Amino acid sequence: MSTDVVGQGDHAVGPQLPPPGTPIIEVTDIGKTYGSVIALRNVSTQVKAGEVTCVLGDNGAGKSTFIKILAGAHTHTSGEFVVDGEKRRFSSPREALALGIATVYQDLAVVPLMPVWRNFFLGSEVTKGAGPWKRLDIARMKTITKSELAAMGIDLRDVEQPIGTLSGGERQCVAIARAVYFGARVLILDEPTAALGVRQSGVVLKYVAKARDRGLGVIFISHNPHHAYPVGDRFMLLRRGRSMGNFGKSELSLDDLVQMMAGGAELEALSHELARQMPDSEVAKNMEFDVAETLNAPADDASSEDPGS
Amino acid sequence: MSTTAAPPPVAAPESERDERVGRYAGLAAVLRRPETGALVAAIVIFCYFSFTTTAFALPAGASTWIFFSSSFAIMAVAVALLMIGGEFDLSAGAMTGTTGLITGIMMSHWHINVWVSIATSLVAALAIGLVNGLLVMKTGLPSFIVTLGTFFVLRGLNLAVVKQIIHQVSVVDFQEAPGYNSGAQLFGSKVQIDIGWLPWVKVPSTGILTIYSATWWAIGVIVIATWVLQRTRAGNWIFAVGGAQLSARQVGVPVFRTKVGLFMTTAFAGWMVGMLSLFKTTTAQSTTGVGAEFIYIICAVVGGCLLTGGYGSAVGAALGALIYGMVYQGIIYHNWDSDWQYAFLGVMLLGAVLVNNWVKTRAERVR
Ligand SMILES: Nc1ncnc2c1ncn2[C@@H]1O[C@H](COP(=O)(O)OP(=O)(O)O)[C@@H](O)[C@H]1O
Ligand SMILES: [Mg+2]
Repeated sequence: MSTDVVGQGDHAVGPQLPPPGTPIIEVTDIGKTYGSVIALRNVSTQVKAGEVTCVLGDNGAGKSTFIKILAGAHTHTSGEFVVDGEKRRFSSPREALALGIATVYQDLAVVPLMPVWRNFFLGSEVTKGAGPWKRLDIARMKTITKSELAAMGIDLRDVEQPIGTLSGGERQCVAIARAVYFGARVLILDEPTAALGVRQSGVVLKYVAKARDRGLGVIFISHNPHHAYPVGDRFMLLRRGRSMGNFGKSELSLDDLVQMMAGGAELEALSHELARQMPDSEVAKNMEFDVAETLNAPADDASSEDPGS
Repeated sequence: MSTTAAPPPVAAPESERDERVGRYAGLAAVLRRPETGALVAAIVIFCYFSFTTTAFALPAGASTWIFFSSSFAIMAVAVALLMIGGEFDLSAGAMTGTTGLITGIMMSHWHINVWVSIATSLVAALAIGLVNGLLVMKTGLPSFIVTLGTFFVLRGLNLAVVKQIIHQVSVVDFQEAPGYNSGAQLFGSKVQIDIGWLPWVKVPSTGILTIYSATWWAIGVIVIATWVLQRTRAGNWIFAVGGAQLSARQVGVPVFRTKVGLFMTTAFAGWMVGMLSLFKTTTAQSTTGVGAEFIYIICAVVGGCLLTGGYGSAVGAALGALIYGMVYQGIIYHNWDSDWQYAFLGVMLLGAVLVNNWVKTRAERVR
């Protein structure tokens, strides 16, 4: 509705969206070292318009490193990174943004003490007037911020309040709304649900799906398969900086995904240990339940991919 | 900026908490403004000295502290912008000396045209500001350390080079330089207003209020700085680079350009104050401005700027300078030992930091 009218407005910085299914980003055997630390090696995947590519892995697996390369915050040290059929090597986030690759970082890239509307337009401010009278079009920016957030279902009391006073889920949604408004073709989300409660996570997942339905390519980083599976079309698993393969949704069930992520045996051992140390803990109980369910599920061909390290 | 917080148009379902927020929103918005505390303090201090000394509120006495506050306000505002941008400049005080000495020596020793002399010190100031900015941004070292270095270099040069050239440490007798009067017109003129007829002044003979050019320059600086901070993209970027530099970079704010620009702005203000002081006092000393760098920072903090960056206002910093100017002169009119001003400054600084910190935690608090 009104979102589309405003969203297609004159400030969209990125190029037009390609038809769904067109590959926008292709990476082949990409790698990154920090000095002597090998954070990532031989990772390949694709991001297509109108699809959600999930990057899954435990803490330290190299997920953030991977997306920082795509976002222009780091440069890769090996492999090939192709956008729209052209080889690229970004040296700043601005270059990635110019190609319509927008990132919502784990820390959300917001300035806590600044008002919501100033954060929404930070770096892409709307101005009016010319010469020394060139000034921020404050009324317009406030209106757009309010309507864009309303379209996402966030009803703010006052867009003038510091963004630091919003809840985690609200801030996440502001960051997503912002990227979508500024003409992102590829939206990269770094663990958007990691710090959120169940309900807030659900809200954020809804916006991920919404962005996908608009025809954006979405890269969704998570260490939680239960969050990734419902919205994902394609899954790339990382472990200790290596790719464990790319899977389409049809090739993989949620159970396979859970099992692959931790490695079935490791997970089972962990759940037993948890149960022994904290017999009354909710987490331990849930985990035991999950593991039992997963391991009892009939094993299928996907388990042959398990490196079992 | 001053939006009167309207009541929420749509009542939120979690009624109790939101209602409470709504009821105090107007008051909270005023209290949240960075300069509120400084304004209250300025009024209290003005009243105190007006009632306890005879000279303070009379036109002649007021002329002195208005001038004094004005030249401090110019620097305090520039330093506040830099501080909102997350950096410090400890060379700002020595800079006022350096620029005054350059222009003064060119006019007195080499009899160079006043405008050429003024332009030369401007170029020198901007170059030093650029070096400060580049050093901080390229090395990633804290600006506190980098500009401490610049401060000592300038302080040393102000003495050594000046002694080398003119064999003394104070520059005088430059009124003969070509075009001097036009330069003095711009920086050293004054306007005298007779306000002796005002009923509450009641001293027709000494009712002359003198406004020096520093005051007009200060008003200009405050207006432009406020405009830039609140109404321009550059202002948005200044708040952002000081509040969260990494975030600012991630969304495409030109961090490097913004910060280097801020260092050059501070240097520019140093030049301005250097010229104002040179043409008003018709002398420049090698020690001019040394020690003032901390006073600028204190003025900015008293005016509500956070030492950690990302928050503050130009008007607040100017009010901080006004407070300092009034106290400095008030202590003299009281015939107290002038060393009391340092004790006072310390107390003001601590008080302001505590208040600012409290405001910041409240503003950042996650619901
Ligand atoms: N700037 C850095 N310098 C050195 N090592 C790093 C740096 N950033 C990340 N690493 C290392 O690279 C690995 C992958 O980190 P990261 O991509 O942040 O993982 P994830 O986001 O999946 O938790 C970790 O072992 C981490 O310690
Ligand atoms: Mg991470």
